[in-house]
Parts: sequence; C-alpha cells; structure tokens
Amino acid sequence: MPETTDDNYKMAETINEVKFSDAGMAEIQRYISHYPEGRQKSAILPIMHVAQAEFGGWLSPQVMDKIAEILNIQPIEVYEVATFYTMFNLKPVGKHVLEVCRTGPCCLRGADQVIDMLKEKLNIEEGETTADGMFTLKPVECLASCGTGPMLQVREKFYENIDSEEKLDQFLETMRNTEVETPYHQAN
Amino acid sequence: MAKITFDGIEVEVEDGTTILQAARKIGGSVVPPAMCYYTPLKGSGGKCRVCLVKVTQGSAKDSRPMPKLVASCITPVQDGMVVENTTNEDVLNARKGIVEMLLINHPLDCPICDQAGECDLQDLSYEHGVSATRYEEERRKFNKIDLGPYIQLHMTRCILCYRCVYTADQITPNRVHGVLGRGDAAEIGTYIENVIDNDFSGNVIDVCPVGALTDKTWRFKNRVWFTKPMDAHRDCPTCSGKVTLWTRGEEVLRVTARKDQYNEVEEFICNTCRFDKKETKDWTIEGPRHIERNSVISANHYELPVLNVPIVPNLPSSTKKKLPQQ
Amino acid sequence: MGIKILTEHINVPGIETLEVYRKHGGYRSVEKALKTMSPDEVVEEVKTSGLRGRGGAGFPTGMKWSFLAKPEGIPRYLVCNADESEPGTFKDRYFMEKTPHSLIEGMITSSYALGANTSYIYIRGELMFVLRILEKAIAEAYAAGLLGKNILGSGYDLDLHVAPGGGAYICGEETALLESLEGKRGNPRNKPPFPAVKGLFASPTVVNNVESIASVPWIVNNGGAEYAKIGIGRSTGTKLFSCSGNINKPGVYEIELGVPVEEFIYSDEYCGGIWKGKQLKAVVPGGSSVPILPANLITKTAAGEDRLMSYESLSDGGFVSGSMLGSGAFIVFDEDQCIVRNTWNYARFYHHESCGQCSPCREGTGWMEKVLHRIEHGHGHQQDIDLLVSVAKQIEGNTICPLGDAAAWPVASAIRHFREEFEWHIKHPKEAILPGAVYRGQLATIEA
Repeated sequence: MPETTDDNYKMAETINEVKFSDAGMAEIQRYISHYPEGRQKSAILPIMHVAQAEFGGWLSPQVMDKIAEILNIQPIEVYEVATFYTMFNLKPVGKHVLEVCRTGPCCLRGADQVIDMLKEKLNIEEGETTADGMFTLKPVECLASCGTGPMLQVREKFYENIDSEEKLDQFLETMRNTEVETPYHQAN
Repeated sequence: MAKITFDGIEVEVEDGTTILQAARKIGGSVVPPAMCYYTPLKGSGGKCRVCLVKVTQGSAKDSRPMPKLVASCITPVQDGMVVENTTNEDVLNARKGIVEMLLINHPLDCPICDQAGECDLQDLSYEHGVSATRYEEERRKFNKIDLGPYIQLHMTRCILCYRCVYTADQITPNRVHGVLGRGDAAEIGTYIENVIDNDFSGNVIDVCPVGALTDKTWRFKNRVWFTKPMDAHRDCPTCSGKVTLWTRGEEVLRVTARKDQYNEVEEFICNTCRFDKKETKDWTIEGPRHIERNSVISANHYELPVLNVPIVPNLPSSTKKKLPQQ
Repeated sequence: MGIKILTEHINVPGIETLEVYRKHGGYRSVEKALKTMSPDEVVEEVKTSGLRGRGGAGFPTGMKWSFLAKPEGIPRYLVCNADESEPGTFKDRYFMEKTPHSLIEGMITSSYALGANTSYIYIRGELMFVLRILEKAIAEAYAAGLLGKNILGSGYDLDLHVAPGGGAYICGEETALLESLEGKRGNPRNKPPFPAVKGLFASPTVVNNVESIASVPWIVNNGGAEYAKIGIGRSTGTKLFSCSGNINKPGVYEIELGVPVEEFIYSDEYCGGIWKGKQLKAVVPGGSSVPILPANLITKTAAGEDRLMSYESLSDGGFVSGSMLGSGAFIVFDEDQCIVRNTWNYARFYHHESCGQCSPCREGTGWMEKVLHRIEHGHGHQQDIDLLVSVAKQIEGNTICPLGDAAAWPVASAIRHFREEFEWHIKHPKEAILPGAVYRGQLATIEA
C-alpha cells in the first residue's frame, strides 16, 4: 500500500501551486471532450497519465486534489482510482523508472536474472531509487511483450530482448544519457 | 408476482425481488447469511459471497439449473425458480470455504473487540466455520486510525464489505473515505489524514458488520451483553431521533440506530443523537429493544412484557427485573 | 502458408497510413456495409461466420451482438477491449501497432451494425505508444470522412475515441473495463444486469476483443459463409497466436484453426521447435489462466488422437487431460523449466491483480501465492499440496468475475500433471532452491 508521508504532502503546500502546462491542459480538455455531458470523471485515467508526465513521474496528493478540482469530484475519488492502478507512482521516483516485466513468459527467457542484475548494478532493491536519483527499479506484471522478453518499459517505450548482460549495460548507458520528454507532445 | 421454492418452501414475492429477500420473507434458519449486502444501501452486495445459493431450476420457462452458485443478495427471482440453501451440500461447503477466507487475515481478537457479542462475522464463524485454521502465513496488519473524534478505524478487522463507503456516498454530503489500494492490500482509508466530519458520519459504525469501525465514546466501556438495549426517541431537528439506547443502570453507554433482526438499521441517525445525548433525561424511553437474533445479547436478557412505557426521567426499577425470553 | 485474414498486409511498408492501407483494399467493408447493407444484415453475416470472441472466452460474436438491447432514445456503445494483459498474450498489441486502420475499419463496420454512434477503444495504459499510433490513424480517418458525421455520405455518424487504462489486468474483464472507462476503480460489476442491457454509462453496450472486431471487415467483404468455410468445425476462421517461451521463433502467427499442435510447435513456419535443441516439457496453450499440459498431452489427446489448434481439440479431455484455447497465448516450456517456480510466478500474478472486491479471490489468491512461495523457497510441507488444491477449489466458481477461476486453474492443473515435482521440491528443499534446479524424474513418465 502506498503510504503518504508528511514529506510528500508538504511538497506543494496548496493545490494552487499545481499548474499544468498549456499543452497538458489542452490534452486534458481533449480527453474530457470524449465523454458525454456529466461523465467527465471518465477522463480521470488519461488525466493522471498527463499529470504524472508533467510533475516528475509521480502523483502527489496536491496533484490529485487538482485533478479532483478539474473533474469536479471529491479528492477521495481520485485517491481511490490512483491507488488501484499500478502505473501511478504515489511517491517520488527517479528520473527513469525501470518497469521490468517479472511474469512467467519473460521469466522463461531470463527476466529473473535481469532483475537480479539490475539490483546488483544499481545497488538498489525493488521499489527503490538510486542515490543519484537516476533510476527507480519497479518490477511489473506482464506488459504484452512476451515474444520479445526479457523486456522492460521506461515511460512510453519498450526495451525488448534484453537477454544478455551486455545488452543490459548498453541499455543503462543509453538511459543515463536520455532526457525525459513530455510524451503527449508527440501526438500534436 | 413470482412464486419460488426455497429449501422446499414455497413463497410468493414481487417481481424483481432478490432471492435473499424472498428467503427473508420465509424467515428463520433458511435465510442465507449476508456480510456485505445491506438493504438500505443501494448497490451493496455481491462481494462477500457468503450468501451463495444453488439455483437448481432457473424458472418455470427455463428449467435448467444455473451453472454456478449465485449470490442470493443480488440475483433476482424468476417465477418457478427453485433454490437450495441449507439443503444443498455444495452450498454449505462453499460457504464454509468462504468463511475460512474471511478469517485467514482476521485478527480473531474478539476478547478485546467492542463488536464481540453483536458481530456478524462472529456469528457466521460460529455457524459455518471450523475450529482450527489451516492458515500459517503472516496475517495482514494495519495501524489503527482515528477518523475524527468519534470514530476509530481498525482496518485489520475489516472484511471490505464496502458498506461504510456506500453509507458515506448515500447519506452524507462529501465522502472523504473510500477503498484504497487493491487486492488483499486494499484498505478503507482517507489517504491523507482526514476527519470524517458531518452530521451523519456516525452511521458508518452501525453498518459495519465487524469491529473495524467503532464508536470512540463507547470503546472499552462495557461488553454489549451486559448492557440493556432500550428504544427511545427525542425531538431531533436533524434526524428522526428514533434510536436504541444501550444502558447499564442509569447510564447511557451508547446510542445506536434501531436495527432489525438482520442488523440493518431502520433509520439512520445523526451524530448529535449518537454521540452527545448520553443521559436518560435527553430521551423519551419507549421500552426495551427486542433483540431477535440468537445473540448473546438476547440470551442474557430481559424484556418487559408491556411496550410503550410512559415517559420516565429515570429507568423504573421494574425494568431491572429479568424476564427470560422464549 | 494458409489464408491470412488479419495479417495479409501487415508487413507492407506504410500500412499504418491511411493511404497505403486503402491501396491494399482497406475500408472496403465500410463502403459496402454503410452503403449497401442494413445493420441487421451485418449482424447476420457475423452470426453466419461463426466467429468466436478472440479475447479468451470464445463466445460467438454474432450471438453477443444479437443480445444487445435496443430501447428507443438511449445511445448504444461498442467498446473494443484492447486491455491485452493475460500473460503470454501480445497479439493485439502487435496487430494494432502494425496496422491500426484494420482495427478502426472493424470498429466503424461493427459500430454501424450495432447502431452505436460513439465507440471507444480501451487500451491498457502501458501501451500508450500504441494509443498514439491509433489516435494518429483515427485523425486520418476523420479527415477522410470515414469517421464523424455522415460517413461517406451514408447518413451514419460515428465518433471513435481511444481511452488508456492505468495498469490493471482485471480491466480486461468486460464489466471492470466499463467501470474503468467510466473513470472508476476496475471492480467487476455484479451480473445481471449484463452490459448488453446496462453497460457503459448505463446504456446497452457490446464489448469485443481487438481481434474479433478486426475480423469483421473480411466477413463483411467476403460473407459470413465464406468465413465459416475456413477453420475446422465450430472453430471457424483464422486466429492470431502469441507464441512465447522456450521456442526458436517467438512471435505472432495467424493460422487457420485446425493446424496440428505438433506441427505448430516444430514447424519452421511457426514456433520453429524448442530452442537450443532441448526437449519440450509443457505448454500453456491459451494464456496463463488456462490449464498447463505436459508434453505428451499437448500434442496428443488422452485418446491418442492428434491435438489440433482449435477450441474443441485443445479442450478435449476437459480439465483432466485437456486445456483451453483461451486468448491464443501459446507459452512453451523446455525441460529446464521448473513447474513449481512457474506456478508460484503465476500465483503471484493473480494475487497482484485481484481487485480485492470479493472475499474468495482477495484472500485466496494471496494464500496460494504464499504457500507456493514457501514450497519454492524450501519451506513446504507435504500437506501443502492438498491445501493448494483445496484453496483453489474454494475460489473457483465462487467469485464475482472469472479472475478467481483464472487464478485457480493454473495451480490446480500444475499439481494435477506435475504433482511429483511438487513433492520432490518439498522433500528436497536444499536441492530445490539451488539456482536452475529442476526435477526431471517425471519427464519420461508423464501420464494423463
């Protein structure tokens, strides 16, 4: 279960400090427009994706309160949804969240070893972030990429067939030099 | 109207009635237990699965049996339906299995739990459980949380019936608590520290089938079977003012809504009635509350032969006489 | 190579663009259906085709469509289930990524058949990059007058939107999907009412898998009767199989239903045999939730007949000696794979993915995972095996949605077919926890 530490809560004192970019807000309005009158809550998941992309890869209580305000619903309704779905990080995360598939088909091709190697190379346990804030290790369940396992996801990209230490090293090196882009700009 | 046969007993009910309500119309020991369903709460039911029954004939038109056991609390009757509950071995076995599931992560702390004696889970386990556990893993634990000055949440005991969430949704203006997380890590909570603060918040205590939500003004004051339930009312500007007082001697230890034999409240009450009116002079006493269930409360109880006792500032000495029931 | 209905042009460069897609016959079914057929005629063709839901349950699509309630003045919805999350399944993702217009064409034709004027594609949130591909293709379709008002001058209006999930396997269950699409937690709904009567926004709704919807254009173009000629028996048409595990050629293959399993595993046209020259140990033929079968039972039925890649043949023998076609996720295990470890892995998956709404699944999935974890890590007792069987039985059939069954079957079937391996693990905990340790005693003697 996600816990809310006081530290997290204090990150932004009020929801007024939570400001979406114009592009982000446009994206939010576009999603809301997809649903019938009075059903604006339907857009909550895409909005949380936009929010997570805009605010450092996680959803603080303030950000969630802001979403509640946009959708005109109670904050608890946002918390309930955010804590149900695994893609939403409820604590601060590193620059790159390494979401490594740990489910059966990937394990048949060495996913367990990939996770072990990542722990060793990054010197962190599952759910932890490296001291330099670069990586968070987050094993996840099946990502629909079973034919190309072992694999992992970072934001919107899949990195597949990571079947040797060499490829893993290469991947980490690439990531260290990769800047975070706000993904929904691609759509526009 | 639809005529159904339930455990061999015929009963006629309105179309659209659920199997459970039809069984309740028959009453007695054939009625399936219900831990999550709650008649006054729209949308409740279907979750705990203890009310599963076997439909051996779907309807008069379609005599096929339903392939799986169905939740009687949410399945509507069809004319000519034949249902088995206590007469079906599969149903009883499934129920036993589900009771075991409800208990594996339950702390079994009845000796220190305020709900003991009026706990649906306790009754259910007594009737359908086994005396030993096969569960040797670590049990789920949560910290106790105060949801404001009156309500304590002891999540470890919760069976996730969702009743308190429906209650907050349906009878209070702004719900601040809900179900967070998922799977067996799901919990009732407010996420950020928050207080449930509205005139009707106390009702979540009444609807809770276990000791997860308790009345802080009553905590550890007494065991429920040592108290005497009295129906009483007052002229309340917020709610109907019709309550049950749980008294010992002259003292009002607790105020709750009036509940029927299935532990369902008749009318929700306000927090003023529940938490602030703790003296007999605040109330017009109507008489002892008849506790219909086979609970320790009624087992250890008295009942006045005459209801509608006149208004009295203090309990008359006659009420202290024990008149055994049955 | 057999007939390709879904993937004929999938490797044509630029097929993800409207221009190239149309050059290869794309959107013909929209013209044909909207201009020359009534909605009911389209439904009839789909019924005639015998097309069965490709998401896992295999329920006839045409029949599902015919259940849709049509009260006056209330909108109806078609929702495409692109929440592909069943371990082993990646066909829909591959298909949408490669040829998004195929799905959009199917959505238009199917929405027309059902009388829906707004339709949604609910795609799992992890596939956001596929959502972007779909949105781009949808924008092209709007620009070409294939979506929006008065499509191709037919008078039919349709808006099509893509909605992302947020990471929850359970949202592949159709009522959980609808809850999620309405912006709620993905708790499956109690049934009745069924979505056909009260689905999205309390309106009549059909929820279909990507592959089912994508099969509709071919059926409209060529007729349901032609489709029904493909395949074998009640398994009509072609099916996409997602092949993973210890094979030489993992990937998505479209086959005419009825190919022998043995050929499918060993032919170079498909899986290409077991990798590294190893021996086949077991197969999960339809996604992680269907029963696992040992090598001898996957290629032959208990009666000794060749097992075929079809709904009927894969389930031949029931749960005693058969399995299910499910979502067509064909997961292959070589001799070095430990069944106990794999069973624990799947149990962990279902534990992780249980919504927690109903008690047998919420508590039972966790219980099974913990017991299997103990066995795998050298702390099992012999009575744990029967305990697992018993807990699986307590969950199965007693839950709101099929996730309970999906969690119970892999455990029950693994014990049914590989009990010796579990016993060995418990008897030899020190050996069993060594990396790569596998019990091999049963390989030669596996029986039904």
